[in-house]
Amino acid sequence: MSKEDYEIVIGLEVHSELSTKTKIFCSCPTEFGGDPNTHCCPICMAMPGALPVLNKKVVEYAIKAGLATNCEIAKECKNDRKNYFYPDLPKSYQISQFDIPICSNGYVEIDTDNGKKKIGLTRIHIEEDAGKLNHDAYGRGSLVDLNRAGVPLIEIVSEPDLRSAEEVESYLRKLKSILEYIEVSDCKMQEGSLRADVNVSVRKKGAKEFGIRTEMKNMNSFRSIVRAINYEAERQIEVLEEGGVVTQETLRWDDVSGKTFAMRDKEDAQDYRYFPEPDLAIIKISDEMKEEIRKTLPEMPEKRRERYISEYKLPEYDANVLTSEKALSDMFEKATEVCNNPKAVSNWIMTEIIGFLNSKELEAKEIPFTAEQLGNLIVLIDKGTISSSIGKKVLNKMFEEAKEPKVIIEENGWIQISDEGAIKEVVIKILEANPQSVADYKAGKDKAVGFLVGQAMKETRGKANPQMLNKMFLEELNK
Amino acid sequence: MELYELTVHELIEKLDKKEITISDITKSYLSRIKEKEDDVQAFVTVTEKEALEKAEELDKKETRTKYMGIPIGIKDNICTKGLKTTCSSKMLENFIAPYDATVMEKINNENMITLGKLNMDEFAMGSSTEFSAFKTTKNPWDLKRVPGGSSGGSAASVASNMVPWALGSETGGSIRQPSSLCGTVGLKTTYGLVSRFGLIAFASSLDQIGPVTKDVEDNALLLNVIAGYDSKDSTSKNIEKKDYTKALVNDVKGLKIGVPKEFFGEGINDEVRESIIQAIEKYKELGAIVEECSLDIANEALSTYYIIAGAEASSNLGRFDGIRYGYRTKNASNLKEIFVNSRTEAFGPEVKRRIITGTYVLSSGYYDAYYKKAQKVRTIIKDKFNELFSKYDVLITPTSPTVAFGIGEKTDNALEMYLADLCTIPINIAGVPALSLPCGVDKEGMPIGMQIIGKHFDEETIYRAAYTYEQNTKFRETYKPYFKK
Repeated sequence: MSKEDYEIVIGLEVHSELSTKTKIFCSCPTEFGGDPNTHCCPICMAMPGALPVLNKKVVEYAIKAGLATNCEIAKECKNDRKNYFYPDLPKSYQISQFDIPICSNGYVEIDTDNGKKKIGLTRIHIEEDAGKLNHDAYGRGSLVDLNRAGVPLIEIVSEPDLRSAEEVESYLRKLKSILEYIEVSDCKMQEGSLRADVNVSVRKKGAKEFGIRTEMKNMNSFRSIVRAINYEAERQIEVLEEGGVVTQETLRWDDVSGKTFAMRDKEDAQDYRYFPEPDLAIIKISDEMKEEIRKTLPEMPEKRRERYISEYKLPEYDANVLTSEKALSDMFEKATEVCNNPKAVSNWIMTEIIGFLNSKELEAKEIPFTAEQLGNLIVLIDKGTISSSIGKKVLNKMFEEAKEPKVIIEENGWIQISDEGAIKEVVIKILEANPQSVADYKAGKDKAVGFLVGQAMKETRGKANPQMLNKMFLEELNK
Repeated sequence: MELYELTVHELIEKLDKKEITISDITKSYLSRIKEKEDDVQAFVTVTEKEALEKAEELDKKETRTKYMGIPIGIKDNICTKGLKTTCSSKMLENFIAPYDATVMEKINNENMITLGKLNMDEFAMGSSTEFSAFKTTKNPWDLKRVPGGSSGGSAASVASNMVPWALGSETGGSIRQPSSLCGTVGLKTTYGLVSRFGLIAFASSLDQIGPVTKDVEDNALLLNVIAGYDSKDSTSKNIEKKDYTKALVNDVKGLKIGVPKEFFGEGINDEVRESIIQAIEKYKELGAIVEECSLDIANEALSTYYIIAGAEASSNLGRFDGIRYGYRTKNASNLKEIFVNSRTEAFGPEVKRRIITGTYVLSSGYYDAYYKKAQKVRTIIKDKFNELFSKYDVLITPTSPTVAFGIGEKTDNALEMYLADLCTIPINIAGVPALSLPCGVDKEGMPIGMQIIGKHFDEETIYRAAYTYEQNTKFRETYKPYFKK
């Protein structure tokens, strides 16, 4: 048998940090970074006698996430303690939710080669993040930083509905875009605010039973997740093909070697001794509260995509790319409002802006200039104040300085030459310098005009109005 | 008469009349501590210097407020900013809390003067104060006997007049039982009446802070200070603030008292039983309506308590891991050894016993049989109390099955020690309030306590019943601790 005879089954547990201002059980800031142990207090440091108080915003955000992913919202739920010892877990238990999660039975829809597919969500629950260990590079010990301890998380558990690494990537991108759209998480993967535990198993095609699964914890890049799934599935198939059995275990993906390694064996299997958190009250969610939150849900990506196609007449491809990230989509809409030229905005975002972001490995929300500034830039091009090639230079400057395009153009003297006399001077000069091209044109080679315009642009360092140049060259040549 | 012999309401009266100064009171108590502490051993920390300084400072103030300058002793599991809070454990031997418990904020806002931190069973686990890692507190009536526990230091310091009043804490009888054994008035408040913020947790769903005082009036006065909703404690109840002194009425006519017969049967010492029956007769005489009733839950309550309290303790005490504060072992070559050896070296035998039991009952495969079942029984016990309280205003039982027992008598037998809380623990399980009031002494002169149990958040009716009995019997005037050696 070969690889093609097997089916990969994947389920994900996605942890997403919520973007509330304060932590889940105290009023410390959730802000990323900061000197170690500066964003903490007796509560999140688990000093003796300190008690948690649940941040209501966390409940609201979790409900919002549940509503955006078609979940049922519990009328009543509770917090539970998950007990284990680790230096980054100051209370020696994590306050989480065990048997009654806040949201359950939802789904998200992804695009696959065979059309749309619903990926089931078993549950979404709220919990607190742990701190961080900083290991001394010289092996002298580890230091505990509790700034992250108590930052609110939601854990989104999918059904084992995913069948390939590609589906997983598309599911994760979808989830990320939903969470960004509803503004409950900023999903910064490199800061760990979106990370996934990936459960992988394989089975013979047509088999009814699932295979034995392995789990890879705390993955925080799409690329690693895709590689890890493919590697792990192949490894499991190999084990099975050789007549072995897959061991249920937790693995660590090593990005450098491109392999998975066992993290802990079964003997260390943890018994978390979950029990209801006695320091917190039952969480009650009324229908009114649920409906209030539902009203705050923004237009979701699918709706926007459809609107971009019908209202702005964008190609489906453009609409897909623009709506994949809320920051891009918002920028598109606001810039279009300013310049009233949706296709031009789309082109600038899709080629220049995304290209720049990719080359610098930046995320869309890190774009320094505003959508209005982009709109203004396009207005200047449309009015002929600058050419589009100057426009690109202006945009590059905007990434550096975030100034108004007008200011950048003035500061650099990039205003387009549209004065007839000045253009005529350049045209005459270029014609005199390129007799061969003139001869070519007279001999019927129309392309020579393009060359001459190019030379003129070079002479003016791109500032001459290209339409006027073209017109004037033709007039002179045809004299 | 020495100032330290007075109750707080008597001290307040003298202060109001400017007959005495705050420094007079402070010095009187400090001299009493010097005189008796060697025998009684009630304190973990005495804050003599700070107390004298604060007294002097307060004496300079032009206006005085009611509780200003009144000394108080604090059980050593209540966090006091800048002052050691040890839980009488090697684990926290040098721990200085970085913040004040909510009750301490209230006490400091009233400008009371903390005289020190009081000894207890380690992490409030025990019924004799013998499980303190530092010292065994002695019963002021007979120094060879225990003061009860876990708030043994609180009851013994009040009984021996080393503080006029004190804060204790309860999880399962820890204020009432030592109050009974030391002849003080101790109240376990309704769960949710007093903020737990800053009380080092033993069992979160049971823990409550409460007053230990010389008489009922003082008890109500101190409850006035510490009771009330706290946004920092999600289990504290947002109810209207009350003035409990208004309940101090010398009248029980028509008061319906239930006497659950199961609390007078096997395991209750004859002299204790007789003393409580006498007290109940007194209530009849004073016009109360007394009726025998049934509350057959004592054994179930005890099992339920040890499962729930153990489970919560096993989790609550996990934070003492040697990483951030408290004791850290010197014998560790890896992380696991830091955890295991720190805890092994710094926790005493009773704490270990409860952590092990608690871990066991929460373990996968045992959870349903123990923890879950205990929660169901807890509901049944609550229901039974509610049922009785639809008929009666208060219930009366003995507080402790026996008078104070000898030091060392029960330390080797955990089960026998656990029976010391037979009558008090059901009340914690139900979450209702109950007060222990001295009602007599046995042949050897050891005090006996009567337990008055009330409805949820009805501390007033308890106070009314207790006050009336006290006014008509005068225990304090009749009996005084004699520090028998």
